[in-house]
Parts: sequence; structure tokens; C-alpha cells
Amino acid sequence: MAKVTVDGIEVEVPNGATVLQACEAAGKEIPRFCYHERLSVAGNCRMCLVEVEKAPKPVASCAYPVADGMVVKTDSPVVRNARRGVMEFLLINHPLDCPICDQGGECDLQDQAVGYGMDHSRYREAKRAVKDKYVGPLIKTIMTRCIQCTRCVRFAAEVAGVPELGATGRGESMEIGTYVEKALTTELSGNLIDICPVGALTSRPYAFVARPWELRKTESIDVQDATGTNIRIDTRGPEVLRILPRINEDVNEEWMADRGRFSFDGLKRKRLDRPWIRVNGGLRQASWPEAFAAIAGKLKGMRGERIGAIAGDLVEAESLFALKALMAKLGSENLDCRTDGAAIDVTRPDFYRFNTTIAGIEEADALLIIGSNPRTEAPVINARIRKRWVAGRFPVGRIGPAGIDLTYGHEHLGEGPEAIRALLDGSHPFMEVLKTAKRPMVLLGRGALMRADGLAVLAAAWEVARQADALREDWHGFNLLHLFGGQVGALALGFLPGAGGQDIGQMLGGGADALWLLGADGVDPATIPAGTFVIYQGHHGDRIAGHADVILPGAAYTEKDGTWLNTEGRVQRGHLAVYPPGEAREDWRIIRAASEALGATLPFDSLAALRDAMALEQGLERRFAADATGPAGDPAAMSGAAFVLPLANYHQADVIARASDVMAQCAATYAAPVPVAAE
Amino acid sequence: MSFAQPTHFAFDDSSEAEIAKILAKYPEAKKASGVIPLLYVVQRQMGRSTGSAWVPKVAMDVIAERLGMAPIRVYEVATFYFMFNMKPIGRHHLQLCGTTPCMLRGSDDVMRACHDAAHVQVGQTSADGLFTLTEVECLGACVNAPVLQVDDDYFEDLDYDRTVALIEALKRGEKPTPGSSIGRQTSAPEGGPLTLIDVAGGE
Repeated sequence: MAKVTVDGIEVEVPNGATVLQACEAAGKEIPRFCYHERLSVAGNCRMCLVEVEKAPKPVASCAYPVADGMVVKTDSPVVRNARRGVMEFLLINHPLDCPICDQGGECDLQDQAVGYGMDHSRYREAKRAVKDKYVGPLIKTIMTRCIQCTRCVRFAAEVAGVPELGATGRGESMEIGTYVEKALTTELSGNLIDICPVGALTSRPYAFVARPWELRKTESIDVQDATGTNIRIDTRGPEVLRILPRINEDVNEEWMADRGRFSFDGLKRKRLDRPWIRVNGGLRQASWPEAFAAIAGKLKGMRGERIGAIAGDLVEAESLFALKALMAKLGSENLDCRTDGAAIDVTRPDFYRFNTTIAGIEEADALLIIGSNPRTEAPVINARIRKRWVAGRFPVGRIGPAGIDLTYGHEHLGEGPEAIRALLDGSHPFMEVLKTAKRPMVLLGRGALMRADGLAVLAAAWEVARQADALREDWHGFNLLHLFGGQVGALALGFLPGAGGQDIGQMLGGGADALWLLGADGVDPATIPAGTFVIYQGHHGDRIAGHADVILPGAAYTEKDGTWLNTEGRVQRGHLAVYPPGEAREDWRIIRAASEALGATLPFDSLAALRDAMALEQGLERRFAADATGPAGDPAAMSGAAFVLPLANYHQADVIARASDVMAQCAATYAAPVPVAAE
Repeated sequence: MSFAQPTHFAFDDSSEAEIAKILAKYPEAKKASGVIPLLYVVQRQMGRSTGSAWVPKVAMDVIAERLGMAPIRVYEVATFYFMFNMKPIGRHHLQLCGTTPCMLRGSDDVMRACHDAAHVQVGQTSADGLFTLTEVECLGACVNAPVLQVDDDYFEDLDYDRTVALIEALKRGEKPTPGSSIGRQTSAPEGGPLTLIDVAGGE
């Protein structure tokens, strides 16, 4: 530890810390542009100059290591003058176009110019102008505003792992860009907007939409992947205008994936905003009482075992709990939440969770990925894996389709279960890598379980973890990576066939006369037997809604107070940012109201009462593997079929993204679009 | 960019021989250090094979692959140094120093000679494709000012007439002798030694 005196305040910081960190420890704010705590130090903006006693001139505090007994002044006349000089130089080539700049109001340069800028310019020569660059459909560039802090260059190379941005040219002709025009190939590109301290990189969908002070900010959780990214939803009136990540060191640090960030325009399209009922083969608009009457007319008197409920991938815990309770009242045990057909063993929570935890990835020292591409399934988790890999000594093996760029080096062990077998019988050397590792991780993709021998794959992956000694009292190295924000909540609440109940295959195979589909957009309409009475409750008129007999318009995740569990099993709450459109209502209320119409009134009248009954504690208690007994399933039963990745198209993987114009543009830019059913 | 980028580039045999020598200087893990020498190899090969010594984009991609680095890192280096021509140039690259010592010693005359004899303006390539003229900052040969760099060679102590003669020789495809155009030995004083002449013989 080094003792440093900052403006008369004595602080102790670790050796190797920078002067800037010491100043922050002393509670002094240091202005900066290029420095970012999650990126490497560049030291090129010079805004963080401080005076260090005995140093001949001001030093850039972000790049200057502390020494014991150092005396630092952060607010002396020398410092203020030096920073004023830096600011004057930065503003020489910066257009003063704040009134038409989208960064205005939340711009580091604007804020710091208030503190250190002059009230006039002494610069009389021509300002430089830089051509704007195309870097994809999500980011708008106004490169004349760039102050060349190189944060974006470092983010792309270090965090996102796609070294495609760079600074070309030199001196006055230095420009940030890709040199060859191309869209950045990363699922984390939105973060470039956040880290850009000026208005050079701004959000294309949000261009000229609003000023930050007009926005109402609501904290919520991203449900469009299973990371559980903490987000802030910015709204004005009834409209979601943008979504930004919040800092949560345990989950997303401060990053966010593009699909969650940019697909919110899908919340305005193809929405179900009033109930519909099928009359004489055609759907017609209806009122809520009519819709409930139509349901009651069918369901009342039907035997419980002929009624089924299927939940989708984005549903929050409250409505799952309410629907499960309603089904119990109706005497049905036919519940399922695995619309993708994944074979999951829920007898113990650690069979279906990301037990190492996301932050725990940084403690691991070897990783085996089975049947997953975390880069598209959970980009933020992939960035965490990359962070660990960059730190060094982190062998990664992957079993799955060949030719996938994870943004970090890895060994491709095989395409299918035969590679797991080779690990289990010790014939593949990577098993030795896992065994010698002190904290090995096995990451099993949910996609690897969406097959007939899913349970066998699950058991085999567990067995690999067990043999690698990853299941210990001080470490849990078995991880299941889910795809969407509602999946773990449904498993945790047991939205699964009860005693004697039918699973999704049996329900669709003629075992049910009535199906309640709660946001179950993953169900293929063609698989529903003719004559089945279908109630669809959800927020988007996706392919399944057109096949429903009654449509109950629900709320999207931005429109309700909800609880979601991420792939770790972390319980997090999101809040209502805007009201659902038209007649649509929060989903648990719909179920509560329907229960009354069905004569099976549920015992909770408020969200608080429902949450009391549900008893899900917020947060996550990290658990280790006290019990290494594996899930049901016989590893020997694995077929020879190669693993197929579940998300063919990252940008259009869920119902909100499929309705989004921005995501459609991304899909057109980055991949061949999936054919949309012609309904 | 109003010129065509080639779609293909491969090192020829003599370039490969040079590359082997260059990469031998660096440890395998640090072979990215060879990026500048390799850019020169590309530029020289382009000069040999097309008569225009420049670095096309596809060649930078080839270098990136050879050195195991991201293409953008090669673009950054290549665009930083103006010694690398990012667009096609003439057969001969005339780089005229216009910094103070050369300017005082008559670089303006040399410039005029380039205009008149090579028919080329600064930053442009002559219509016959023989010359590209660039005005550069100090070439570090002030003692023999004014200096004109033709491709890799310095021509020093120039004036209008000698520059015209030099350019005419280049046009004829000759290879003029580099160095001082007034017979000065390297950078020794003009007209022979001026000091220690009274102690001739070293007595």
C-alpha cells in the first residue's frame, strides 16, 4: 500500500494504482475523456492533469503510478490552467453544434467545458471536418465531433474482441474508423455509444428523438436474453425512446447486448391492444367481459386434465405463478414452459442454473462449452468470458458446429456427443486440461438439450464436470446457459407437468382440449391439433396469435412490474415504464380477472399479495455443489447427431425483436433473414 | 477514391526472400513488429511489377494475415507514415524538400524545374505517368541543399538546369548517379577541403 496525500487528504491505495485512482479514493473528481476504468489506459486526452509535488510539470493522473508519500494537488491554479489549456485545444477542432447534437445534455465534453472552457474562442483558422463513417445500422457517426480519445477503438479490441476500429492517418488527418467501410461485427456495438464521451457515436434509432432531461427513467431488467442485464428504460409519455444498461458488477458490469438495447421499437409494432374472439371461424374484436365469457363458456365444465397451459420465454414470474395457481384450481397439472423442447431436469436448481455465476467466470481457470455459442446467446456473458481469457491462462474448449468466432481463442473438440464421449473416456487430452484446472467450468447451452437425447446430453455434461472435479463444496463448475429472461423463472416456479400431468408434447399430441398459451410464441401453430380451444395471452401478434380462439392482450416487459430470474437464478425486478397499449393489461391481472369469470377466484388481489404468496427472494445466493449426484439421464444414450445452435438469427430471436424494424435492418446487414411465416 | 484497388495480391519470390530475412529478426510472438518492413516490401514489389510503388488495401490484408494481426492495425500503421503511398503514383516519386535550408538555397527553382521538365504539379502525377511530385518536410540533407529525393535516392546541390537534366535523364530511362550534382564528396565543403590545408601531409 502507498500513502498518498490528495489536496491534504491522506489516502492509502495499493501499489501500482494510478494517481487518478488515488484522487478518486480521496473523493476528488478528476475530469477525463480517454480514461475508462474497464479499458486499457491510453493517456492521450490530457484532461486529467494534476500537480504532483516535485514533478516538473503537471502529470496525466490516469497513466501515472502512485508512489509512497506522494503529494497531489487536484485544484491548484497550475492544474486549473493546464486543464483550461487542454480544453481549449480539444475545442479547436470540435464543432460547437451542441444544439443539434444528440449527446447534448449528457455529454462529457459539454459538462467539462462548463468547468474548464473559455467563454470565447481564440481560434481564428479553419476548423477541420471529417467525413462520417458507416459502421452499421445501429450507430450514427458524426466524426467531426470526435476528440480521438480512442475509447471506441479500445472497447472494440478489448471488450468486444472485434479489432475493427482504428485510428488511421496522423496529426490533423487522423480519423477514427474502420478504414474499409463495413458494419462492426459485434453484438455489443451499442456500448460504443455509451462510452463515447462526445457526440461522435450516437444511437441511430434515437437520432433527434429527445433530450435526456425530457425522459422519465425507469429501472428494469432486459428479458431478451438470459443474462438479466440491468437496464434503464427511458420514456417520454407513452413511448419507450431508448434503453440503456445500468451498472451491476455481478451481472452485466456496464455493458448491454444490442438486441435488448435496440429492439424496443418492436414494442410499438404488431401489438395486441384489445381482446379478440373467434366467431364463425374469424377473429373479431371483443371486450374483456366478452373474452372472459368466451373462455368460461369453453372451460367451465371441462375436465381439468383436458386443459393445458404453456408459457413462453419472456414471461415474468408473477403471471407464471398466477397461471399455475389458476390451473391448479381448475384441476389441471398440464403445465409446461419448454416450448423449445429442451430436456431439463428440475429436481435440483443447480441442474438448470449457471452455477458458477457470471462474476464467478473470472475465478475459473478452464472452460468447456458444449452446444452453445455464448457470443450470440448471451453477448454480455461472452464478454465476461473474454475478459477472463484476456487475463491469461484460460484454456477454452468447445463442442459444437465448427467455424465459430467466439472472440477469444478456443480449441474445437468436435461437433457432437462423440466429443463428450471422448472426454469422458479420457481419450481426448482436453479432459486432462479440465482435470488439472483448479476451478474448471462446463458451460452447457440450452440448445444442446433441444433434442430427443437432451437428458442424456445433460447427464453427460454433468458427468464431465464431476470427473473434472468441478463439483465441490467450494466451487460449482456446472452451468446451463439459457436463452431468454423468462425461462429460469418458469423452471424455478415449477411451471412443468405436475403429478400425472402432461408435457408440451403430450398436450399438443391431442392430450388437451383447451390450451392457455401465456406468451408462448415459440409454439409452432402447425403442431396444435385442430379443434383445440386456444387462448393466447401475450403482447405481440406473432405467428401463434392468429391461431387462437381467444386473444388476451398482455403487457410487454417494459409495461409491467415483474420479477425475472436470469440464467444464474438471480431474482431481479423490473418496473413499469409505460402502460400497456389500448386495452392490454398486466398479465397477472388478466389471469386474476379470468379466474373470477371461471369461478375459481385466485386469492390475491394485489401485486404485493401475489408476491407474498410467490415468495421469491430478490438477489442471488451463490451455492456450491454439496451434492455431485447427477441429473436423471444416461450419458450412454446420446445419439451421434451433431449439435445445432438454437439461434439462427441473433437479431430476430424473440417476438419483440421480430417486430422491430431496427432489428430487421440488422438482420439484413449481418445475416440472411429467416423466412417469416406468411400469416 | 477514384482509382481501382486490385483484388488480389501475393508476394513474389524475391519479396518472400526479403520477408524471410525480416521475420528472422523478431521472435514468433512479436512478429507483428515486422509490419513496417513488410509494407516496404509490398511497396517495392508493386514498383517492380506495376511500375507504381504503392500499397493496395488487399496487400495490407495479406500482411495482416502473415503477421497474425487485425487488418485495421496494418491500416493504422500504413496511413500514419507518409512514406507509404496509399494510392498509385508515377514511375518515379519526386519528393522535393521545401524546408528552410533548402528553400534558402533555391528549392523554388527546383520546383519550377519539376513543373517545366516533368510537367507535374505538387500532389499530382504527370500525364505520361512517369512522375509524381510531392513537397516534403526536411529530408535531413540540409548541408547539400536543395535536395530532391527520387524514389530511394537523394539528388543534392540542385539548381534549375541540373534538375531539368536529371528529369530528362529519368525520362530516357537512365539511372543517374545519386548524391551531389556538383561533384561534392558526400557532404564535404564545396570545392574541396577548407580546413587543415596548411598542414598537408599531416606533419
